[in-house]
This record gives sequence, structure tokens and C-alpha cells, in this order.
Amino acid sequence: MKRILAHPSLAIGLAATLFFALLGLVSLFWTPYPIAQIEIGRRFLGPSAEHWLGTDNLGRDMFSLMMSGTLTSFVVAALAVAIGAGIGVPLGLAAAAWGGPVEWLVLRFTDFIFAFPALIVAILISTLIGPGSINAVVAIGVFNIPVFARVARGGALSIATLDFVAAGRLAGFGNAQIAYRHLLPNIMSLIIVQGTIQLSLGILSEAGLSYVGLGTQPPSTSLGLMLKDAQSLFLLHPFLTFVPGLCIVLIVIALNIAGDGLRDAIDARLRAQGSSNVVA
Amino acid sequence: MGNALKAIGLALALSTTLVAAAMAQPTEVRIGVALEPPILDPTAGAAEAIDIVVYQNIFEGLTRIDENGAVQPDLAKSWTISDDNLTYTFQLQDGVTFHDGTSFDAEDVKFTFDRILSPNSTNAHKEFYEPISSVTVIDPLTVEFKLSKPVGMFLFDLGRGDAVIVAPESADNNATDPIGTGPFSFVQWDKGSRVVLEAYGPYWGEPIHLTKATYVFISDTATMTNALLAGDIDGTNNFAAEALGVFEGNPAFNILVGTTEGETLLSTNNKKAPFTDLRVRQAMAHAIDRKAIIDGATYGYGVPIGSHFAPHNPYYVDLTNTYPFDLDAARKLLAEAGFPDGFSATLKLPPLAYARLSGQIIASDFAKIGIKLELINVEWAQWLDDVYTKKDFDLTIISHVEPFDIGNYANPDYYFGYDNPVFQAVIEKLNGTTDDAQRKELAIEAQTILAKDAVNGYLFELPQTGVWNSKLTGMWKNSPIEGLVLRDIRWTE
Repeated sequence: MKRILAHPSLAIGLAATLFFALLGLVSLFWTPYPIAQIEIGRRFLGPSAEHWLGTDNLGRDMFSLMMSGTLTSFVVAALAVAIGAGIGVPLGLAAAAWGGPVEWLVLRFTDFIFAFPALIVAILISTLIGPGSINAVVAIGVFNIPVFARVARGGALSIATLDFVAAGRLAGFGNAQIAYRHLLPNIMSLIIVQGTIQLSLGILSEAGLSYVGLGTQPPSTSLGLMLKDAQSLFLLHPFLTFVPGLCIVLIVIALNIAGDGLRDAIDARLRAQGSSNVVA
Repeated sequence: MGNALKAIGLALALSTTLVAAAMAQPTEVRIGVALEPPILDPTAGAAEAIDIVVYQNIFEGLTRIDENGAVQPDLAKSWTISDDNLTYTFQLQDGVTFHDGTSFDAEDVKFTFDRILSPNSTNAHKEFYEPISSVTVIDPLTVEFKLSKPVGMFLFDLGRGDAVIVAPESADNNATDPIGTGPFSFVQWDKGSRVVLEAYGPYWGEPIHLTKATYVFISDTATMTNALLAGDIDGTNNFAAEALGVFEGNPAFNILVGTTEGETLLSTNNKKAPFTDLRVRQAMAHAIDRKAIIDGATYGYGVPIGSHFAPHNPYYVDLTNTYPFDLDAARKLLAEAGFPDGFSATLKLPPLAYARLSGQIIASDFAKIGIKLELINVEWAQWLDDVYTKKDFDLTIISHVEPFDIGNYANPDYYFGYDNPVFQAVIEKLNGTTDDAQRKELAIEAQTILAKDAVNGYLFELPQTGVWNSKLTGMWKNSPIEGLVLRDIRWTE
């Protein structure tokens, strides 16, 4: 805890991220109003005691929508990061541990995916298999794979030449064991930091996909979908755009600050501990 | 010397005034429309988007429908009708040419109707013209139609986009390169973006004011708003009601609020379970809150309907209370039909603001009686293909904009699959009746059957809310037929 507080950016970033994440989680059990409840009679109400953030064009409670939208955005982005890290990190480690043709294959594969503009291909995937949250997860997740693969390989390569790894080899460890026992723990910090950054990019991508109508579909909602619903009314009711727009901005900033702080904090911890088979 | 200078000065002054006049009086118009037509041949497709571009602009029929919904002579300058209402003889306009330079005569009329009635015709409304037993060319400017039975609205039907006159030389290419006799000729179609029309010099009829018209396809309301505000387009015939407020009180724009022939329906696949069960359809009808939908989707501009008929038509009967909004009655009917806990279904929504908004409101209301609707947003071409052509849908929301189109329900192969011999007999009789009082009685009977059978969810009559540059005049306020007629549009000072 002290260590976290020693890095103010980490503290602020984490607190803000946790705040939004909690807001989203609470929406699983409780929202002030059901998000699908349409009540035309009470539309376009400004913020008030009953509706903290007012109501939208169909009379839905903006605060409830915002809570639920935040959850959708987080879940989609987190699952996409899980896909990216789950496949990308083993690929990167394999490339570093085996080298040779394996490395070549992994690198060409990441080049291949990097060659496509991410959002455009996400749109392609969503068009092919139909719009929806799950498909957004897949589309965004696929583009996280090469990112994690490169980070994992880069981190692992700088460690693979160190003595303790050589010692491991002499002790009879195979490539897989080297990767798992020696390389993975040492690149964990890199992966975690990259994960937070990808999380914020994932939230932006989900918003982008929903905004063009290929992500989350009504009656569920996401921050991007709220933006889309509000955009034709922007000149008349700008507030409806500000709520989801500011939410996205704040979450992304929070995640980025947290990511930065996290890198500093973890590096410092590692240096201080100087443990035998863990290096920075 | 002094005189020469004066003359130059005068010439300069004159030329600047002329330039100013030309600047102030543009003759080109750019119109934003929400949907792009799939093709440009109105005799081969049902989409209103086709008529919006071509009807009375590129193509003309023997008659035309005017702004008030009345039949006017067009390519036929006059006609006589036999006493038994079975023979129509048309005198054609002289000196008419198609845009490719070929001349128009009675042979083209015969060709057009033979093409509509041929077995491999792709006309969307062949049924209107099926009573025609023969088309005979008397001389190049006289043509005679013989009918197998009297048709009450024959002259009106001839004025529809489905019956515009095409030439044998060009008809096959009309889908992409339309050639008609109208005041505008086709220049180019940039797919996904725009269609450009140009005034046709040798046009036979009254001279028109515009020299060029561009239809720009913008389906997104915010983009359309910005295009209007930025002056990228000069107007649109039907703007999303939700954002009309942007233009209210703005002297640079003129808002035209009128009626259309668009019955907006929760179209129901009557051939698919559970919608085959009358009680299920009745339950859905009870669960539709028309007021909320009209306020939410049309911002109060729509007029509620209880059957498939336009409220401003003299034959209209108010059936909106056949199944009033009553969730308890709806639940009871669902339980009787064997769905005490409701069921799940899909609702496919075309990219029109009224459809997307109504869909969310209906889904919210249906959820209260246990019907869980999955909303599927589809693109326009996809809607035409999946829903209209392949009939692959449970429910959809769409406006049927053709005038007097209740006869569609007599066609069991129509996309919502309503097959009721009693109704078909009524329509058969209605089509063959020319006496106005009797026609009204039959039309009311037809409306009532549809309302009672709850064939579709009847929501509202689509309003037409046009937004135009306030210097433009001549646009139609109401839309008594599908189309956006450019004939009278011009710039004023």
C-alpha cells in the first residue's frame, strides 16, 4: 500500500479505474432504473435528484445507462486483453526460447496482423460474423495478440542470455520449462503494464465499433452505443453526448496513468528486492 | 475618350450585375436522401428510394399523380373511357423523345405493358395491371387498352412509378442507365454516394427551372444535419424528426411538415409460428403503445393508424381502438395461446430513424408481456434481400409508402404472408368496383378485416418532414405517391 501511495500517478489512476470498474460491477446487481425501461414521457430531463445524469431521447435513465455501458466496455476490453495475452504471450515466449524457424514464424505472423489497420479489420470481422459484443471481443482480441507476442519476445530475449537461464539449461530444463520458469516471471511486469494500456485501447475500440453500429446492440448498451444514440441529437441535447464521451475519456486517462505508475512501481520493487532469478 | 471610358465603365457595371444575378439565382440543387436505391428502374423494384430519384424526373407514365394525389395527363394528353369501363383510348403527346434520342410513340406504350405482364416480368406490382387483356396500337399517337374487368383506380395505377413508359431499345439497361422521357436525364451514379441528373434539353413538356439535380445519399442523421447546416446539400425531403429542432426558427431553412402514404407497420411473418396464431398477434397488438411510439419515433408528427390505410384518405375508418393498449389483455391472450411466459423472437430493423427508435420502444413494451425481442439492425440492401425477398424474418418495422396499397394483403406470397380468402374476395370486388359509395364500403370492410386479424402491428402514418433551404420553392409538402418531383423546384430571391 505504501508503495502504491509512493507513486501518486499510480494511486490516482488505480483509484479512478477502480471507481469506474466498481460502478460497472454494481450495475450487475443494481441500477437506479432498469436500462431497457423506455418511458417517452420523461425524456430529455436534465440532471435532477431522481435522474442524476438526466434521461435520454427514449426516457431511459442516463446514470443507469452509464453504469451498464461502463461494465460492457470494461468486460469487452478485458476479455480482448485476455485473448491477446493468452495467445500472444506464449507465442512471444516460444519465439524467444526456441528461436530459429519458430521465431521467424511468430514474427511473420505478427507482421501479418500488424499490416492491417486494426479498427478497419475489426469492422470487417464484425460485418462477416454479425454485430454484437462477443464479436467485438474477438475482433479486438485478435489485434492484441501480436502486441503481446512482441512485448513478450522482446522482454524474454533480454533475459534469455543471462547466466541463470544458462544455468537452468545446464540443469536440464527444456525450452518450455525455461520459458515458463525463468522467462515468464521476469516479463510479468511488462505484460501487466502492456495489459493496462491495451485495456484502455480496447475500451476505445469497443466504443468505436459500437459507434459505427457493429459492437454492442440494444437493448444492452455501451459507452460507444450511447454516443451513437446521442450524436444525431448533439446540437439539441449536447449533454447526452458529454456523459458517455467524458466517461470514455476519463477511463482511458485513468488506465494510462495507472499503467505508467504501475511500470514505475514494479520496476522499483524488483530493483529493491534483487531476487536471484528475477531481474528488471 | 471620355465616352469610351464611360462605355467601359458601363460594360463593367453591367457584367458585374449579370454575374451577381447568376450567382444569386443558381439553377442546380443538391438533395440529401436517406436511402440509396438498389437499382434505378422503377418498373423492376419496390423500393421507394428508386422513385425518389426517377419518378417524374427521368421517367414518365401515361398519367401522373400531382401534389394533391389527383391524376393528371402526362404522356397521354387525353383519353376516352367506354361506358362499360372496359376500354380506355389514350391520345399521346406528340414530339416526345427518350433521352437517347429515340422517339416515343404508341409502340413504346405497348412494349411497356407487355413487358410488365410478361411471365418473366420483375415488376413489383404486376397485380395492378393484370386486368389489362390487350394493348392495341391504333396509330402512332393513339393506343387502346382493353380490360378484362373494370378497375376502379386504373388511371391512378397508370400514374404509378411501376407503369412508367420505357423504350424497347433501352429498357434492359434501365437498372443502371435509366432512359426515359422526363425533364431530367441520367448523368452518373457514384454508388454509395450520389446520383446526378441533368435537365434534358429537348424535353417536350413545360420548361423546368433547374439545370442539374444531385441526389446525395446520407443515411446518418447527424451527417445530414451537418450537411444541411454547412450548405453541402440544399434540402432533404424527409428529415429525422428527432433533430428537426435544429432548424426550427432558423430563417435559412424552411421546414415542410406534410403527410405521406406510408403506413408504418410492425410487419409480422404470418407464415411463421407463433405468429400464425391469431391470439399471439392480438396480444402483440394490445402491447403496442402507439402514443409512446409516435412521440418517441416521430416526435409527435405521426398519426396513429389501426389498419393499413392512410388517415387522410376519404375511405379511411378509425380502427385504432380495435386492440387498445392493454398489457393485461395481452398477457391473457398469450397465455391462452400457450405462451404464459412469452417467447423470444427477432426484430429486424432497416436503417431508418423511425424504425430503429420504434423498435426499441416496442421491444421495451413487449418485454413487459414476456416477448423477448432481439433487435437486429440491418442495412437497406440486406433488408430488401433477407426480409422482403427471402421472407427470412419474425418481425420488422417498415413504412409501406405506396398509395392505396391495401391490395398487397390479397397476395399470399407478399412478404408478410397473409392468406385470407375472405379478404382476397373483398379486394377482388373492390378492384372491380367503380361506384364511389360502394368502393368506400368495401374499403372499410377490408380495413376492418385486417385490423381484427391483427395481421401486422399498425403503428402510425409516416409524416413527411422536409428541411429545405428557404430560397427553394416548389417542393411537395405532402407525398401522395412515392417520389421527389423536381419539376417545380426552383430558387427564388
